[in-house]
Amino acid sequence: MCKTFVFAIFILNNIGLFVETIKTIYINLPYILEGTYTTVLLILGALALGFCLGVPLAILQVYGNRFIRQIVALYVWFFRGVPILLLLFLFYFGLFNLIGLNLDALTASGLVLGLTSSAYQSQIFRGSIQSLPLGQFKAGSALGMTNFQIIKNIILPQALRLSIPGWSNEYSILLKDSTLCFAVGASEIMARTHFVASRTYEYLPLYIVAGFLYFLITLIGIRILRFIEKKYAIPGYTLSV
Amino acid sequence: MELLDLAFYTERIIPKLTHGMIESLWLIIPASIIGGAFGIFMGVLRVFGSKWIKKIADSFVAIVRGVPLTIQLMILYFGLPNIPYLKLYLDPYQAALLGFIFCTGAYQSEYIRGALLSIKQGQIKAGQALGMTKFQIIWSIIIPQAFRKAIPGCGNEIIYLIKYSSLAYLVTHIELTGEAKILVSRTFRPTEVYLIAGCYYLFLVTVATWILHLLERKLYIPGFGKAK
Amino acid sequence: MTTLLSAKNISVTLGNRKILDNISLDMNAGDLKVLIGPSGAGKSTLLQCINHLIAPDHGEIYLEGKKINTNNNKELCHLRQNVGMIFQDFNLFDHLTALDNICLALIKVHKLSKTEAQKRARKELDRVGLSNRAGLYPAQLSGGQKQRVAIARALAMDPKILLLDEPTSALDPELVGEVLLVINDLAKNGMPMIMATHQMDFVRSLATEVLFMEHGIIIEQDSPKILLAEGAKTRTLDFCSKLNNLKDGCTILG
Repeated sequence: MCKTFVFAIFILNNIGLFVETIKTIYINLPYILEGTYTTVLLILGALALGFCLGVPLAILQVYGNRFIRQIVALYVWFFRGVPILLLLFLFYFGLFNLIGLNLDALTASGLVLGLTSSAYQSQIFRGSIQSLPLGQFKAGSALGMTNFQIIKNIILPQALRLSIPGWSNEYSILLKDSTLCFAVGASEIMARTHFVASRTYEYLPLYIVAGFLYFLITLIGIRILRFIEKKYAIPGYTLSV
Repeated sequence: MELLDLAFYTERIIPKLTHGMIESLWLIIPASIIGGAFGIFMGVLRVFGSKWIKKIADSFVAIVRGVPLTIQLMILYFGLPNIPYLKLYLDPYQAALLGFIFCTGAYQSEYIRGALLSIKQGQIKAGQALGMTKFQIIWSIIIPQAFRKAIPGCGNEIIYLIKYSSLAYLVTHIELTGEAKILVSRTFRPTEVYLIAGCYYLFLVTVATWILHLLERKLYIPGFGKAK
Repeated sequence: MTTLLSAKNISVTLGNRKILDNISLDMNAGDLKVLIGPSGAGKSTLLQCINHLIAPDHGEIYLEGKKINTNNNKELCHLRQNVGMIFQDFNLFDHLTALDNICLALIKVHKLSKTEAQKRARKELDRVGLSNRAGLYPAQLSGGQKQRVAIARALAMDPKILLLDEPTSALDPELVGEVLLVINDLAKNGMPMIMATHQMDFVRSLATEVLFMEHGIIIEQDSPKILLAEGAKTRTLDFCSKLNNLKDGCTILG
């Protein structure tokens, strides 16, 4: 009788703890979810910046003269070789202040992620451009088009289509890297989760929730990119692997 | 002018950061070896395992690849003590190492799996037709071919690992990035310190790339190029 | 004299489709049997059943009168060592040079030392006229050269019988000749062979027996002189003349 009683208390106690955890998550979820907005803004900005810099970088690296190619290669080598966490520290605490830019954590993170992404994206685009047959460029020249016209109207429309799979890969990498911005104080999902967790000590459940959230954002983004890929697909035009 | 004060670099920054780099290597090297073995194990399970083993291994890899490494490390370091009655406390080094092993293993398994699946059925049939046993076919045909196909991808993973080893700083393990952070808080010279720390990483990454190129060239066989 | 190899009542079913329906086949010394038939007739399946690369649903294989217990790996390997096989798409080991392709099985299966194996391999490469290509990898060889290396690889194992699964059909037309020349030589030296092919000149001049297959059954089976005689009302001749028409048509168009 007594044993049963103790066991019942034990079970109730555990259920109580469990309910408490659920309650903590429930109360703090809106606060964490608000971070989704910041995270999405951060990676959209970084992807856009990376795209705007990555395309010209790729073109310069393929068609530029030797000097330009080497400069671009140096840029790519630097941003691909240094860890993002260190780049964030370097730019946010160091370089931006040095040149007199007083940026908030979010903008600075966006810039750093964007610069890093431009290095990676330029390699994706470069690969696609180089996979195009040489005849495409020659055909344009034979029609009397200028180099700029050929790149804009013939090379890029093909190369960008081929780049979408690599781009969706870059998106999911960037999303995961964006979690590092909490180290400089950008208040995205990760920062908010860590903030709540360090106050409530419910680390495990809260991080699992955050992990799930990131998983979801990755899936949604990849779906969207796959939709874009299908929408702009030209019959019979895929990267042959 | 302080920027040109050479003694500041040689006496304060370089020794600390070099120590940090060695700490980083203590993470990178074991993680790439154990993680590589784990990746091969998982990759083989995902190709040759039974239906259920495949499903379990696949979902493990999907989760590890889908959830940011930052969160995985946080779970390992801060989260595990939350589990009632188990209360698993890992020290920072253990948490970081374990996180890196899982992460790199999951990514490696992807390349191993791809390499194993890309081996044509005809290669195995040809071995059988010559009267070779299953073990002989696996040992002298499947493994050498899969190994060569997996090298470029797996090598890239090791380079990623070098960069992501900086995340150990988040779980308070003091390696290269952590050492740089401490130095900055003492010297208030973020640009110089972080730039030099960056050079250390560039050095590691460049050396690793170079070794991999050498290995690839040494094992190069026509028909197993990067083109595919 | 016992038959070298016989397959008895081989059947293979895939879903409810019969790929092979109760086929039997005997091979004696000096036999050169040719399988002819439309694609999907089961020629390739039959060849692969003989050395058990495909396990038939029913049927037995006898090697020199002894039944092979196909559940026993040792006996299975023994069967395969004695039956060489040439594949349509060569299946050379892509990571080994031409020489090592031949050496591998000699070392692993016949347990020869490396030098012995290489000596033997060079002899076989010489026989197919490729001794100057020994150090090249499959990706560096032409289709015809690959198939000749594959033949050398099979011959090095001293097989009692050779199975050839359309050895020339994956080759460019101008490369067919060099491979047929090698096979021709083998036939003249009395190597027993079962071969699926559509090279009619070759069939007419060398085959001892033609087996015409369709829908998993052997429909006609006789010497080529009878089946392919001018004006014979056989399914084989009908099929072959269609093949020839096609070839002539191509020549005209080409």
